[in-house]
Formats: sequence, C-alpha cells, structure tokens
Amino acid sequence: MSIDVGTLTEVPVGGPAPEPVIPKVRAVRLPRSPKVIAGVVIVVVFAVFTVIGPWIAPYDPSYAGFSPNLHPSSVHWLGTTTLGQDIWSQLLNGARATMVVGFVAGIVATMLSVVIGITAGYLGGTADEGLSLLSNVFLAIPGLPLLIVIDSYLPAGGRSNTVLIGIVISLTGWAFGARVLRAQTLSVRKRDFVEAARIVGESRSRIIFFEVFPNLIAIVAASFLFTMLYAIGAYVALAYLGLTSTDIWNWGTMMYWAQANNAPLTHAWWWFVPPGMCIALVGTGLALLNFGIDEFINPRLRAAGVSRRGARKAGLPRHTKLGLTPVVRPADSSPGSAGSAGSLAPATFGQGDVIRMTTKDTR
Amino acid sequence: MYTLTRRIGLYLVTAWVAITINFLLPRMMPGNPIQTMIGKQTGRVTPEMLRAIELQFGVGLHQSLWAQYVTYWDQLLHGNLGQSITLSAPVSTVLGATLPWTIGLIGAATVISFALGTLVGTLLGWRRGTWLDVVLPGSTFFQAVPYFFLGTVLLLIFGSTLGWFPVLGAYEQGLTPGWNITFIASLLSHAALPAITIVLSSIAGWIMGMRNMMVTTMDEDFVLVARAKGLPGRKVVGYAARNAVLPSIANFSLAISLVVAGALLVELVFNYPGVGNLLLQAVLNQDYPLIQGIFLVITFTVLAANLVADSVYVLLDPRTRQEA
Repeated sequence: MSIDVGTLTEVPVGGPAPEPVIPKVRAVRLPRSPKVIAGVVIVVVFAVFTVIGPWIAPYDPSYAGFSPNLHPSSVHWLGTTTLGQDIWSQLLNGARATMVVGFVAGIVATMLSVVIGITAGYLGGTADEGLSLLSNVFLAIPGLPLLIVIDSYLPAGGRSNTVLIGIVISLTGWAFGARVLRAQTLSVRKRDFVEAARIVGESRSRIIFFEVFPNLIAIVAASFLFTMLYAIGAYVALAYLGLTSTDIWNWGTMMYWAQANNAPLTHAWWWFVPPGMCIALVGTGLALLNFGIDEFINPRLRAAGVSRRGARKAGLPRHTKLGLTPVVRPADSSPGSAGSAGSLAPATFGQGDVIRMTTKDTR
Repeated sequence: MYTLTRRIGLYLVTAWVAITINFLLPRMMPGNPIQTMIGKQTGRVTPEMLRAIELQFGVGLHQSLWAQYVTYWDQLLHGNLGQSITLSAPVSTVLGATLPWTIGLIGAATVISFALGTLVGTLLGWRRGTWLDVVLPGSTFFQAVPYFFLGTVLLLIFGSTLGWFPVLGAYEQGLTPGWNITFIASLLSHAALPAITIVLSSIAGWIMGMRNMMVTTMDEDFVLVARAKGLPGRKVVGYAARNAVLPSIANFSLAISLVVAGALLVELVFNYPGVGNLLLQAVLNQDYPLIQGIFLVITFTVLAANLVADSVYVLLDPRTRQEA
C-alpha cells in the first residue's frame, strides 16, 4: 500500500501523462482584474490581523477601568464602551476568533462537500440518489435556526471552543458545495480521459482523486471561499444573539454588547460600526476572490470587467452585436491573426491563444 | 407533475429530518441541559408544566427511546409543541401571535427584493460593460454586510438621528389593530426601515444571479434569431429575460433560508414583535421548548415558501412538465 502511494504521487509530477500539466499551468493564471487584486489585498490584510491582532492590541479587551463612553481619540482610537473597555483592543482581539471559525468551518465543510459531492456524481445510481437527498435535505433546512438549536444545548465549555463551533457551523454549510461539485463531476466523468483511465483499469478511488478531482479544483476553491463567507456570517450571528461565550472576543459579541446597551439609539456609532465594517470588508474580500474564480471558470463573464476604454484599446466593438461574447486575453500575437480568428473563433479556442471575436455589424 | 411530486417528497423528508433532529438533540447532548434548565426554573414551574417538559424531552421517564419518539410524534400531530417555560403559555399559542408579523415583513421584503433585483440584473446583463457595472462592486459589499449591522446603521441614521422613521415596534403604542387608515399607516411606517434593510441586504444575490444568467442567455441562438429578424431590442431582452429568470426561481430555495436567517436578526435590531425577537428571548432564558418550537415552525414555513417557488417554476418552464 505504501509503495502504491509513493508511485501515485510520483506520476503527476514527472510522469509522461500529459493531462495533469494543463490544470497546473492554468491554475496560476487567475484573472488579474482590479476586483481580484482588491480581494487578495483585503483578505491578506485581515489574515495578518488574525495572527498579530491580540499581540498588538494596546489594552486587555475585557479590562473595564477606563472612563465610559469616550469618543475616538488618540488614547482610545475607537473610543470606549459604556463599561469603559477599549474598543480598538476588542476589535483586534476579535479578529482571531472570527477568522478561525470561518477558516475551520470552510475547511471541514469543503472536505465534506468534496467527498460527498464527487462520490455522488461519480458513482451515480443509488449512492447518488441517497447522497443527493442528504445534501438537498440539508440545503432545505434553514441553517441558522438549526445552529441556534444546536448551540443552545452546548455547555459553556463548548461555546468558548472556536474550533468546535467552526465544526458545528460546517455541518450546516457543506451542502451547497456538494451539490455544485456533484453537477460538475457528472460532466467531467463523461470525458474521454476518465473513460481511458477506467479502461486502463485504474481503481475507482484513484480515478476520483487523481483524474476527476484536479479538474474541479477551481470549483472547490470557490466553494471554500463561499463556505468561509457563510461561516463568518453564521458565527457573528450566533454571537450577536449571545450564543457564544462572552470570554471569547469576536466581532459579533462586540455588536451584541453594543445592541444590549442601546448604542444605536445613543449615537455611539464607534462601538458597532468598526466590527460591522470589518465583517463586511472580509466578506467583500472573499466575494471578490470568488468573482475571480467565477470568471476563470466561465470566460463569458470575464468581459464584464472590461471598461469601455479598455474594450476600445483591445480593439473590441463598442456594442457587441449578434450576441457574440468578446473575451479578452493578454495579446501576444499580431492583430491580423486575431482578425482571422473572428469567423471561426470557437474552433481556434486553444491554450494561450488570443481569442477575439470581432463581430461584423450586420444590422 | 413529476418534478413537483419529487420536490414534495423531498420536503416531506426534510420535515421528518428536522423533527427527528429536534427530538434527538436534547437527548444526545452531554451534560443533560434539560435537567439543568429544570433546576434553574424551580419555583417558577408548576407540577403540570414539569410533567409536560418531562413528556416532551423524556427526562425522568424511564421509557425506551422509541416509545419517547412515538409520544413525541403523537404530541406533534395534535399540534402540541410543548409549553413555553418563561411565558407560561403553549408554544403554539405564542408562535401564532408572532408568526404573522414575521411572515408579513419577510414575505413582502423578499418579494420586493426578488422583483427589483431581477429587473436590475436584467438591465445589467443587457447593458454589460457600460457605466452600469459600477453597481456590481457596490452590491457585493451590501451582500457581505450582515443584515443586523445594516439595520443598526439605518436605525442610527434614519431612525434616531434624522427621525424619519419610528425606531421601535410594529405600530404606534396605544393604537388598536384594525383596518383603518391610521393603523395601516403606522404599520407601514414601522415596517419600512426593517423591510428596506432586508431588501438592501438580499437584493445583491438576485442582481448577480440574474445578470450572470442574462450574460449567458444573450449568447443563445434564439436571441440571435430574434435579432436577425429585426425585433426591437426591448422585445429581444424580454425573450432572453424570460429564460434567464428560470435559474433564479430554481435557486429561490437556496436563497430563502439565508434571507430568513438574516431577517430574523433584523427583527432584533428594530424590536419588531416577530419570531426573531421571540427567539432571542427564548435563547436568553434557555426556554428549550420555545427554541425547538420556533425551529420547527421556521423550517415548515421555509419549506412551504420553497414549494410555492417550485410550483411557479413548474408553471413557467414547460420542460419540467413534459417528463412524466
């Protein structure tokens, strides 16, 4: 068995099989649109805060000895609460729990959806029926109310355990990814190289994980980002309801205390706006990254990022007629070849090709 | 009709799973939370209520799990969701008083959001690559903002600072509910801010879905034919949109549970007397019968909404009716 594994990992790296090379090259080329760059920057900044936040926080977030209800100032960057706690320190400390829950839930839920989704799609038949039913049931049950029921039964020790809460959230968040992966597996499974692997006599698990799975990596990544987004939202909502331990600072708990002390009615915006904006920014960052992956999967959406000026520069018509979709790739050949590609564009769709569907105005 | 039958089957299974989860959770959890809850409530609980709790959660009864399950179903089928401990009333009565508020608010907001979002998405997909695309990053941001945070900000700006909208409750204190203009006006002005919150937070999903489908559909051959025939642009878009809207309706069931989850929290922000607020009270007081009853009722309501969406889908898409 161990020998087998060794040879299995050997093959895709240096082996003669040509097909693993394609996803490798393509995976690097995420669309470099401003949206994706903004997403990467936001996510990286918050990832850094997750790690160093508690260390650079100026005060203990729970220490309640400052004067209450201070406006933001140079001493307290984001002011203080009605209990006299430093809000900036709470915000920095809160990043860790929020992001850890999102990350753990994202990882666990993605693993669940990969196993269930790909198995269902590849095996078909009764196994597919059963697993699809399972994921459809979990899609139909409203997630947050179920989480609230589960969480309300957790003992105090469980509520302060961020990893445990992440896992519980992942139980309600895997189904969507499983459904998408199943659908994609159904289409990959019919392709020739999978058929070839089956005829050669490769084992079922090897086909699933080494032939089918690499073709789904983009979707798996998208599903991870989506689940992380969902998990952060769910965790913050639980905390906002007071269902997580108040010993663990997170952005939802901050908003719970703000709401409990009527901050919105006493105009104490510095109390609830910073955590809310942090949640929204992390969410936006993850969603922007997801757009990048979406455009990578579906090139038709890619032209949407092209401004009118960019389109003119790239030689695209101002108004696309006849429903053809302009797809922009970095140009590396002469415009003449692009013109000839115009009439037969789908046929010349190849890797690294300049794909420009120049359309003639035939109104 | 095959499609619809299948969906109904799925929802029946889902309802059964939800009920069974509800039954098993308190019995599986470590540390016996129900016993703890009863311990905390001593003095407030009458012997009859204690008996009701014991029956519902199987505490102190030396019955087999299966016998408890049968009792649980028997109670449920008689419409008995147990007794709320803190409110000293049957859970079904409590929910009957609060559920209409929630369904009215969330239902209206969801319909507005879907209609508006689909229209905007159609426009964006049709006029892709123009200045209209600036809506996209903005709607991404609104999609990521937690519902309750957006509600809090709107409450601060338009409620307590500008004073355009009332800040608390569902209608003016002292008004008697009835079909008169004063009451309905008060009702609408109180519902406006929560509804705007829900619409703003949920509309981005509909816009994005519809836009992406429009972009794809505009490439279809039938759109090409429609154009080649010389139909005016308005009509062509109409044809494309009619086809592009189908996945949005099919995905309604995916979206609705997220919308409901967010909207329940919006009720807390505005102190709206719906199920969300009830849920908060139940959670704070560890009123397990109430929490469980709310979970079941929300699940059933969401499933019913899904069924409505599925029926609309079957009505709109002839392909689902053919395969029998």
